[in-house]
Amino acid sequence: MNARLLPYMLILPVTLFLCLFFLYPFVLVAKQAFTTGAGFTLDNFREVVSYWKFPISLKNTLLLAAAVVPIQLALSLLMATMVTRMEKGRDLVLYVWTIPLGISDLAAGLIWLAIFEQSGFLNSMMHGMGIVDKPANLLTFQNPGLVFVAIALAEIWRATAIMLVILVAGIGLIPKEYYEAAEVFGASPWKRFVRITLPMLRPSLQTALVLRVIMAFEVFAVVAALGGTLFPVLMGETYAYQFDLLNSGAAAAMALVILAISIAATLVILRALRVPKGATI
Amino acid sequence: MTDATVAEAPAAPSTRSAGRFLYISGVVLLCAWVLVPIYFLLVNTLSSPDTVNSFPKPLFPEFDFGSLAFFAQFAGMLTALKNSVLTAGMTMIMSILIGAPAGYALSRFDFRGKELFRLLILLTRAFPLPLLALPLAVMFIQTGLDDTTFGLALVHTTLAIPFAVLITFSLFSGIPLELEEAAWTLGCTRLTAFTKVVLPLILPGITASAIFAFVISWNEVFAAAVLTIENRTLTAFLLQNLDTSPLHLKFAGGFILVVPALIFIFAVRKYLFAMWGIANR
Repeated sequence: MNARLLPYMLILPVTLFLCLFFLYPFVLVAKQAFTTGAGFTLDNFREVVSYWKFPISLKNTLLLAAAVVPIQLALSLLMATMVTRMEKGRDLVLYVWTIPLGISDLAAGLIWLAIFEQSGFLNSMMHGMGIVDKPANLLTFQNPGLVFVAIALAEIWRATAIMLVILVAGIGLIPKEYYEAAEVFGASPWKRFVRITLPMLRPSLQTALVLRVIMAFEVFAVVAALGGTLFPVLMGETYAYQFDLLNSGAAAAMALVILAISIAATLVILRALRVPKGATI
Repeated sequence: MTDATVAEAPAAPSTRSAGRFLYISGVVLLCAWVLVPIYFLLVNTLSSPDTVNSFPKPLFPEFDFGSLAFFAQFAGMLTALKNSVLTAGMTMIMSILIGAPAGYALSRFDFRGKELFRLLILLTRAFPLPLLALPLAVMFIQTGLDDTTFGLALVHTTLAIPFAVLITFSLFSGIPLELEEAAWTLGCTRLTAFTKVVLPLILPGITASAIFAFVISWNEVFAAAVLTIENRTLTAFLLQNLDTSPLHLKFAGGFILVVPALIFIFAVRKYLFAMWGIANR
C-alpha cells in the first residue's frame, strides 16, 4: 500500500465514527433546540429557562461543583504528594485510592445511600453511641443541608480518584534534579511543593480540572440515588424533559445550556492555568 | 558547636517520628475513607432482606444470600445484567478495533492534519458526551437501532474511543521503530512485522485499554437510560426503579455494579498512570 496514504487509512475509521456519532449529533441537538417545527426559534430556551425548577437546578449544580471541586483538588494534591514519598506499599495504596475510578456514579450513590438512609449505618452508629434513640429520616426535604452534604460526600468519594491518577502521572514527569537542587539550597518541603511541584504540574492540573469540572456539571445518578427529586440538577431536568415530559426540544435546549456552561468553565480553567509559551518540562 | 548538636540530636528523631506517625495515619485514614463505604455496601448485600430493612444495622455481614437471590429472581434483572455485559463487550471490541489503528498512525507517522486529528480526539473529552444520547435517540429510531444494545454500544464507543486512541498511542510509542525495521529487513511486510513483532509486545496493554473501555460502558448511566426502554442495561434498570425498588434490591444491584469494577481496576492498575501521563500533552 502507498506509504503516504497509510496513516490516513488508519485514522479513517475513528474520524468517520466520530463524525457520525460525535459531530453530527451536535448539529442535530442544536437543530432540535433551535426549532419547534416551524423554522428558527428561541422558544425552547425560553420555555426551559422560565420553568420554575431551572434557577434551582442551575444553582444546585453550580453550588455542588463549587463545593466539591476545590476539596477534591486539595485532597488529590495531598494524596499525590503522599504517594510520591512512599517507599513501601505504594502499589497497594494507589490501588485502594483508585478503586472509585472504576465505580459508576449510580453505584457510588447507592453506596452512600447505605450510609445515609433511615435505617442506614450513620443512624445505626449514632444509635450505638446513644446520640439518637430512634432512626430519623435524614434525606428529606426538611434537611436540605444534609441532602447536600450527602451528595457532596458521595461526589468527593467517587471522583477524587480521577484527579489523583492524572496528578500522580504528572508528578512522575517532573525531573528529580529540581528537587535535589532545591534541597541543596535548603528549601523546606512546603517550599518545594509550592515552588516546584505546583508550577510544574500546571498541564496536569489543567487536564484534571477540566475533566472534573465537566463531570461535575454532568452530575446525575448520584443525585438520583441520594436526593431523588429533593435536589434538582441540570442533568436530571434534562432527563425529565426527555422522559417524563416527552419534550425533546426542551431537553435539547437544556443540553446546550449544560454544554455552554461546560465550555465556559473549560475556557476559564485553561486561561487561569495557562502554560507560558515555550515552557516545557 | 558540639553543644548544639548534642542538644538538637534527641529532638530531631522525635519530631520526625511524630511526622511519620501523622503521615502513616493519614494514609490509613484515606484508605479507610475509600474502603469503609464499600464495606458497608458489602454488609448490606450479604444480609437477608429483613436485616437490610431493620434498625439498627449490624456492622458485620451475616452471610445470608437472601438479598442476592431476590436480586437474581427480580423480573428483568438478569436480562438487564446480560444487556450490560453485551453492551460493554461490544464497546470493548469496537473501541479497540477502531481506536488502535489511529493510535498506531499517531505514533508512527507524521502526516498533514495530524494536529487537527489530535484536536478532534481531545475535543471529545472536553464535552459532556452522554448528552449526545438525546439527538441519537431520534436518529436511532429512524435507522431501527433504537432500544438495541448495539445502538447503545455505538454511543459508549464514542465515550471510550478517545481513551483507546490515546492509550494505544502511548503504548505504540513505547515500542521502538527499530524492532519493526529489523523485521522488514528480515523479509516481513509491514503487516507481518506488525502481527509478529509489535502485536505480541503490545497485547497486555491492548487488553488493559479494552478493559478500560468495558468499565466505561458498564458504568454509564445517562445514555443507557435515554436510549434503552425494553432492553435496559443494569444501570438504566436500577435508575428507572430507584423510586419503587426495596432497599435490599438497590444495594444488591449496586454491589453487582461494583464487583467487576474492583476486579478490572486491579487488572489495569499498572497502565492507569501511563495512559494519563501521555494524555496530558
